[in-house]
Amino acid sequence: MAVLQSRPEGARRAIGLETIGMTKAFGPLVALDDVSIRVRPGSFHALLGENGAGKSTLVKCVMGFYQPTSGSALVNDREVSIPNPKAAHALGIGMVYQHFTLVPSLTAAENLVISRADTPAVIDWAKERKALEAFLETTPFKVPLDMPVSGLSAGEKQKLEILKQLYLDQSFLILDEPTSVLTPDEADEVLGLLRGMTEAGELTILMITHKFREVTAYADEVTVLRRGRMVGSGKVSDLSIDDMSRMMIGDTAIRESAARKAHSGEPLKLEIAGLFADDDEELPALEAVNLKVRCGEILGIAGVSGNGQSELIQVLSGQRLPSDGRIFIDGKPYEPERKLMDSFKVFGFSEEPLRNAAVPRMSVAENMAFRTFDKVPISPFRGWLSPSPMLKKARDLIAAYRVKTPSTEEPIENLSGGNVQRAILAREISGEVEVLIVANPCFGLDFASVAEIRAQIMDQRNRGAAVLLVSEDLDEILELADTVAVMSEGRITYTSPMDRTDRATIGHAMAGHH
Amino acid sequence: MNDEAGLATVLLAMFAGAIRVSTPFLFVSLGETLTEKSGRINLGLEGTLVFGAMSGYAISYHTGSPWFGVLVAGLGGTVFGAIHGYLCKLPRVNDIAIGIALMLFGTGIAFFFGKAYIQPQAPRLPSISFGFWAENPSVRQALEINPLFLIGLFLAIFLWWGLKNTRWGLVVRTTGDSAPAALALGIDVDRVRLLSTMAGGFFAGVGGSFLSLYYPGSWTEGLSSGQGLMAVALVIFARWNPLYCFAAALLFGAAGALGPALQSIGISRGYHFFNAAPYIMTLLIMIASVSPKRSLKGAPGELSITK
Ligand SMILES: Nc1ncnc2c1ncn2[C@@H]1O[C@H](COP(=O)(O)OP(=O)(O)OP(=O)(O)O)[C@@H](O)[C@H]1O
Ligand SMILES: [Mg+2]
Repeated sequence: MAVLQSRPEGARRAIGLETIGMTKAFGPLVALDDVSIRVRPGSFHALLGENGAGKSTLVKCVMGFYQPTSGSALVNDREVSIPNPKAAHALGIGMVYQHFTLVPSLTAAENLVISRADTPAVIDWAKERKALEAFLETTPFKVPLDMPVSGLSAGEKQKLEILKQLYLDQSFLILDEPTSVLTPDEADEVLGLLRGMTEAGELTILMITHKFREVTAYADEVTVLRRGRMVGSGKVSDLSIDDMSRMMIGDTAIRESAARKAHSGEPLKLEIAGLFADDDEELPALEAVNLKVRCGEILGIAGVSGNGQSELIQVLSGQRLPSDGRIFIDGKPYEPERKLMDSFKVFGFSEEPLRNAAVPRMSVAENMAFRTFDKVPISPFRGWLSPSPMLKKARDLIAAYRVKTPSTEEPIENLSGGNVQRAILAREISGEVEVLIVANPCFGLDFASVAEIRAQIMDQRNRGAAVLLVSEDLDEILELADTVAVMSEGRITYTSPMDRTDRATIGHAMAGHH
Repeated sequence: MNDEAGLATVLLAMFAGAIRVSTPFLFVSLGETLTEKSGRINLGLEGTLVFGAMSGYAISYHTGSPWFGVLVAGLGGTVFGAIHGYLCKLPRVNDIAIGIALMLFGTGIAFFFGKAYIQPQAPRLPSISFGFWAENPSVRQALEINPLFLIGLFLAIFLWWGLKNTRWGLVVRTTGDSAPAALALGIDVDRVRLLSTMAGGFFAGVGGSFLSLYYPGSWTEGLSSGQGLMAVALVIFARWNPLYCFAAALLFGAAGALGPALQSIGISRGYHFFNAAPYIMTLLIMIASVSPKRSLKGAPGELSITK
């Protein structure tokens, strides 16, 4: 009926959404079990839950990315069928996925234009550019339009994802951990803008997050999932952080961070001398980086993302060739080769483990055996693999590190984001570690896992390992590091023992004043 | 014979040769560029090329219309593309393996039906004379340009423009670069790939008909000798850019024409060496243009070789 569909100009449009008895099984694993949630029009709704609770699965069912095993969705109290994401877009529902869905080789402008439902058959770029620039004027974000997206920083990509949804003029926006790659300031900028739009009644937001700070600052209502079930919901103003975390993890105790053991006069373990390296565009990314880490010390490298940290980690893990410089361990030259990693007991893990530390389509057990598959007992004879010790080892690690997976045989890419991280962590720090190189180890983890992983890193330190921790999260550095170094434009611009510096000084150095 | 005239003859012969030899490379590599831009590799184009040569020749022989032969060769290629596109969307099927199977299938079926057409003479494609103004007969001859070359040139420009400036161009590039992103946009990935492979097959079929209907201009079983495979390699060399495909095909053609051109002025020492020139040149340029430090620029992210 045409009368019902026409809506008055301006008095748009935020829509409400409800799921009823949503259930989704992946084979034997029930990822979602009879979940009913209700998001009021014009509200800012937070969806909480530990890693693997089923948050992403729920919203993907709503988007038509997955077909629920049973259950239905209501939009403005009317039942709708959403067979695919296109149908969701037509209803005004848009989503920013946990993993980027921008097309890397297309420019920002191309990404925006192609995302529209009515892209013209022949694109008049002059006209489109004008429209895009006019649209960008209305938002506080600046994103370069003509660069291929692969060249943008993580923060810019995330802003572009959100811009894309605003550009599409959706009236219901689902955000899956939108701020995990943003700095706190960027997060405030983005969420503040979205909050304003919900208050104006233009938009309804359903946001998945692990950060309580964002929930209390921006959300009106909250729903909590645990192990695939809805375990609670309510107004944010009626709930304390404690209530919410209890809903998320039940009565499981959170691991307390181990106390920092005092060391003194420990020998020098890892030394990086005059390291230079180029980035993918063959421009200098690292310039004369010198670092020293002693046994039983955590060296925290702080810095705004994109200042050479990922190149440093890539050089140290053997993914990138340095153009100059040396690495020493125990005073002996070190190259990141399997044999030397093995003899010097160097381990590490970094952000985006699916890209950097795992083979997505191999099973969990195989991925967990990457360090040990060529050694006794998995390989009793040279070149001969014996599956049962491998499976046993994987089962032990899965139990010890509480990796949530349907079986040891599941391709690791099917695990939830946080559980991939745990699986890799289990592989890397379950043995004897002398040098540990970690980058942003807690990206996208729920608070219990964060506590757990930080405690594990501290344990390794207390046991005498030399730890190099690169993190964009200053709080993480302040909590863990013994010594802090700041990286800016590919150089180490500031170094200080932790007890002789403070947040403001480090922040100042990060901003490039030194 | 003085040196200057000799050089002019060689250059003219190379120019004419470049245009002649490059045409099939151009069509196959443009087709493969389109297919690979959508995220699949079709190694079967060698088979499509040979089948196009056979079917184009046969149809031209029976109907007397070479242009009808070209069309049918293209449609035959479309069918091969459709088989490839359909099989590859089945689970656990690898596009490279299917491509090799189709290459053998296409060549085999062309040889099977082609036996009857090795002897008879079919009408050939006409050429367009751009040399009417010239007095020198060898200049005139060099400017006899085959129309398929011109069509290929326009096709290259059109594809280059279309990949940037049309909706289908962006859709194809999206599908080829990131299937999850395409899914999130509501694009039917398998369908885009099917259609791109079919279109790629059409071009390759047309390229095949050139071999039998223009140059060398008759149907024999040794007609292609791996040109379809070389053209697929050319795509990587051209960094998935249709205009570079055109340039690469020309360069390749010119290098290939070097041996015969030298022979035409009586230099036959090292004839076989000059015949290998295109391959040696490709190898050298490949070595010079890659770097271990970065991945291939422009490679579609979904290709099974880059993934
Ligand atoms: N495509 C899939 N195939 C099989 N299992 C899957 C698939 N997608 C998700 N799962 C499983 O479903 C469960 C819920 O996953 P989901 O991604 O919804 O978690 P999440 O709450 O978003 O966690 P995180 O905070 O880590 O992102 C996990 O145990 C995961 O292993
Ligand atoms: Mg998730």
